[in-house]
Amino acid sequence: MDSTQTFQVLNRGPGHAARLVFFVVLSFLLMFVDTRYRYLESSRSALSMLVSPIQRLATLPNSLWQQASDFFVTQSSLLDENNALRLQREKDAAQLIQSQSLLQENQQLRLLLALQQHTPFASQFAEIVYAERDIFKRKVLINKGSYSDIQPGQVVMDDKGIVGQITRVYPWLSEVTLITEKDHAVPVQVLRSGLRSVAFGAGDTSQLSLRYMPVSTDIQNGDVLITSGIDGLYPPGIPVAKVEKIERDAAYPFAQIICLPLGGVDKHKQLLVLSAMPRLPERPAADPAPATGKTKVKKAEVH
Amino acid sequence: MPYLDKAQPEILRPVSNLFIITSIVVALFLNGLPWEGLWLMLRPDFVAVVMLYWCTHKPLRVGIGMSWMVGMLADVADASLFGQHALSYTVLAFGGVVLSRRIRMFDLREQTTQVSLILLLTYATYALVHWQVNGHVAWIYFLGCLTSTLLWAPMSTLMQSMRQTRVDRE
Repeated sequence: MDSTQTFQVLNRGPGHAARLVFFVVLSFLLMFVDTRYRYLESSRSALSMLVSPIQRLATLPNSLWQQASDFFVTQSSLLDENNALRLQREKDAAQLIQSQSLLQENQQLRLLLALQQHTPFASQFAEIVYAERDIFKRKVLINKGSYSDIQPGQVVMDDKGIVGQITRVYPWLSEVTLITEKDHAVPVQVLRSGLRSVAFGAGDTSQLSLRYMPVSTDIQNGDVLITSGIDGLYPPGIPVAKVEKIERDAAYPFAQIICLPLGGVDKHKQLLVLSAMPRLPERPAADPAPATGKTKVKKAEVH
Repeated sequence: MPYLDKAQPEILRPVSNLFIITSIVVALFLNGLPWEGLWLMLRPDFVAVVMLYWCTHKPLRVGIGMSWMVGMLADVADASLFGQHALSYTVLAFGGVVLSRRIRMFDLREQTTQVSLILLLTYATYALVHWQVNGHVAWIYFLGCLTSTLLWAPMSTLMQSMRQTRVDRE
C-alpha cells in the first residue's frame, strides 16, 4: 500500500457513486445514439487508429504461420491441385461457350423487349483480417476500407456464393455482416421454380431460414436459392443457399425451411467485394402498406 | 510465495504510468489474438482482469473514468455497440474501487471469491445490453466469466511480482 494515498484523499473530486452514475448514463446515451443513428462513425474510425496497431500485432503470428506453411507446400500436392484445376477448366470451358451464346441471345431478346440491361458489376479483391471475436456476432473485418472506395451496403461474395454485406467502413478496414447474422435478410428466388422469398440468418448457427412460406409452397430439398435482385441491393442471379430441410406441419400456417449457405461463410480467407449497384428509381412514397414485406431488407438504411 | 502470506507487508516499487498503460495494451493484444470456436467461448476477458487489478490496487490512479475509456477502445476493437464494453467496465471499476481496501487485505483465495462476484456483475451487464438490443441471451458467454475469475490469481501474482523490489540475497 502506498503511504502517499492518505494525502490524496482530500482532493479526489466527486464520489464513486457519482462517477458511476455519470459514466453509466454516458454509456447508455452512446449506445442509444449508436443503435438509432449513425453519427458516431467518424469518432469510431478515429479511435480505431489507436487500436488497429494492437490488432495488427495480434494477428501477426497467425499470418506468419500461414505464410510459412504456404512456403512448405509439397510438390505432389501442387501437382494434384494443378490436375484438378485443369480438369475443372476443361469442364468450365464447355459451359462457357454455351453461356456466351446464351448471353448474346439474351441480350438480343432484351433489346427486343426494350428492357433495362443487366449492368455488369465490377469487383474488388479483399482478405479477411479479423474473424468475429464476439461469440454473439457473425461479422468479419476485411482489409479494404474507405481508401479503396468501399461503401456500406456493398455485397461480399466468394467463388461459390454470397457471403455477406458491408455494414461499416473504416479508413483501412471494413466490417462485413455475414448472411448468417441473426435477422439479416437476403431477397432470394428459388432457381427451379422462380418463387420469390427472403432468406433470414439464424444467428448462432451457420444456417438460413425462409420465413412466412405457406405449407403448400412449391419447394423441395436441394433447391438452390439465388438472389432475386429485388430492391437493388444485391445483384440478381448469385447463388445464396441450398434448401436442407423442410418441415411441413399442418398445425402451423407456415412451413419451416432450413437452408445452408453455398458460399464459404465461415471458411475462406479471400473474398470479392462487388461494387455498388446502380440505384433503382425511388420507391413511390404514397404506398402505405408494402404488399408482403418482401422488399424489407434489414441494413437497407445504411445506403 | 511471498504474496500468499500477508504477515509482513511487502515493499512494492511505485507504479509508473508506462507500466499501467503497457499492461492494458498487452491485455488488449491478448483479447485480440485470433481465438476461434471453443477457445473463443473459453477466452477470459484479459482487459477486464487487468483493469480490475489496477482498480483494486491503485484506485486513485486507475478508476471509473479510465475504465470507461478503455471500454470504448474495447468497443472499437470488437466492433460492438459503442458504449457496451464501456458500460460493463464502468460497473467493473466501481466494484473494484469500492471493494479495493477489502480485497487488498485478503489472500488470493478470498480475493478470488470477491472478484468472481464483480466479474459476474460485469458479464451480466454486457449480456443484459446484448439481450435488450438483439433479443436473445447467449448463456455460453458466461463461460468466459468463469475463466476470467480463474485468471485472477495467476495474473495478480504476476503483476505483484513485477512490482516488487529486487532483493539481493548475499
